[in-house]
Amino acid sequence: MTVAMSAEYILETRDLTKDFSGFTAVSEVNLKVRKGSIHALIGPNGAGKTTVFNLLTKFLIPSSGSILFKGKDITREKPADVALRGIIRSFQISAVFPKLSPFENVRIALQRRLGTCYHFWKPVSSLDILTERAFELLDSVGLKELAHHHTEELAYGQKRALEIATTLALDPELMLLDEPTQGMGAEDVGKITELVRKVAQNRTILMVEHNLKVVASLADRITVLQRGSILAEGEYDEVSRNPQVMEAYMGSVHA
Amino acid sequence: MNRKLWAALFLAGLAAPFLIYPVFVMQLLCFALFACAFNLLIGYTGLLSFGHAAFFGGAAYVTGYLVKNAGLTPELGVIVGTLAAGLMGYIFGILTIRRQGIYFAMITLALAQVIYFIALKAPFTGGEDGLQDVPRGMFLGLVDLGHTYHVAGKPLELNLYYFVFIIFCIGFWIIHRAIHSPFGQILKAIRENEPRAISLGYKVERLKLLAFVISASLAGTAGATKSLVFQLASLTDVSWHTSGEVVLMTLLGGLGTVLGPVVGAFTVVALQAELSAFGSWVTVVIGVTFVVCVLSFRRGFVGEVLEKIRTRPPGQND
Repeated sequence: MTVAMSAEYILETRDLTKDFSGFTAVSEVNLKVRKGSIHALIGPNGAGKTTVFNLLTKFLIPSSGSILFKGKDITREKPADVALRGIIRSFQISAVFPKLSPFENVRIALQRRLGTCYHFWKPVSSLDILTERAFELLDSVGLKELAHHHTEELAYGQKRALEIATTLALDPELMLLDEPTQGMGAEDVGKITELVRKVAQNRTILMVEHNLKVVASLADRITVLQRGSILAEGEYDEVSRNPQVMEAYMGSVHA
Repeated sequence: MNRKLWAALFLAGLAAPFLIYPVFVMQLLCFALFACAFNLLIGYTGLLSFGHAAFFGGAAYVTGYLVKNAGLTPELGVIVGTLAAGLMGYIFGILTIRRQGIYFAMITLALAQVIYFIALKAPFTGGEDGLQDVPRGMFLGLVDLGHTYHVAGKPLELNLYYFVFIIFCIGFWIIHRAIHSPFGQILKAIRENEPRAISLGYKVERLKLLAFVISASLAGTAGATKSLVFQLASLTDVSWHTSGEVVLMTLLGGLGTVLGPVVGAFTVVALQAELSAFGSWVTVVIGVTFVVCVLSFRRGFVGEVLEKIRTRPPGQND
């Protein structure tokens, strides 16, 4: 039974805890992300969602507890190593390379597979074999026409789409999206929601999201964090009816 | 267009010693190479080293010493000087590369001061006088680099000049290639957004270290060559003034542009030469020039020109 369980879950945390000199930002979180699902992590401001993210991607070192990816303990690995295993994250503020073109942004990610990142004696034309794939990826997020524009001049929603294309370039098994629709207008939110749905087809996604509409329409499973601990977990309908969750979100007092 | 520009510059380089005092042109080339090497770090990787004189001057001492005392031929001298600077770069690099911003700058400065102190106190560096009378020697044991030709009554050290010019071209080409390589692409990505580069699976520290070593090596090439041109390795070469000057050159010419550091180096060296009659006022004039430049065109000479070209084409409405 336990063996079958661990094959089913791509990512698990066991009593994951993070202290910042006395302040416990994340406390004994046991998270299980099922393979092939879209899992959302929600919670009020300061609940520790982004800290959990940074722990999972090794940008922060856990105080205690462990993280398992496909059954392997990755608690002590470095950020780049985790990325090489197939866990790719996005950031809350759009993570693009602003002075490179969208085409180059995607190509940077594709380049990693070539293993030529230290080759300073090779011409840049040695990367031409990646051009076709880069355009395919840009096309899939609707940025093909803007491939050679200046990334810093793109609209916010387009930057986020570019970020997703860059992440997809690495064909990650597990995508961690940190508030993919944050700060977007309604139209862009719809577009990004569709995009996430599309890219989720053959991979697992764990996302932090504030917009509950997006969560309701996308997530298979939801974990609610509050003050660093898990408050509730389940499907959207189940979780949204949970009185504790309602209190945490609405601040409604009940005796 | 680009090819024509390079061809024109190359021809200008070939013709230069007949038009301008050759030693001056050689000085320009040495500092231009130094600034280009520095630019690989600050302009393309986003690392501000404040200790690059250690590589420039350190290599000058190594080359000067070996050519003078061990009888190395000049080309071997330059190669050994370059390797020595690369090794120093590796040591500096592993000590500093994890630091960010101002901390990185301060530690590189501190380490460079250690090199300065060694140059001042060590028994084989000539102390305050530096290493003097470094012979120019025989290139490959065949061509006398000290030979002076007389063309139209003017003495011209053409052998030495073309030796220096070739070194500059090779160094410049290596930097140009590194910038336009798969490696250079990732460096730019690190400069633009380091956390993102890490999250894509790049081992940023190793990549930065390699950039640092390449930059230090070529700064060393420039310093080694300089010690042959002036037949001197002095404390000025390893002093923090020189570290500061190369920052100035790169900023004036244009950070992160291929030709910017060359233009910047020419400007600073030419100003120093033209204004040398005013003594210490040179510093003031260059300081004022720098302030005016930074206030009126932040991107540097070349950077501003490129920006004009970029924003001009019609049909790109924002």
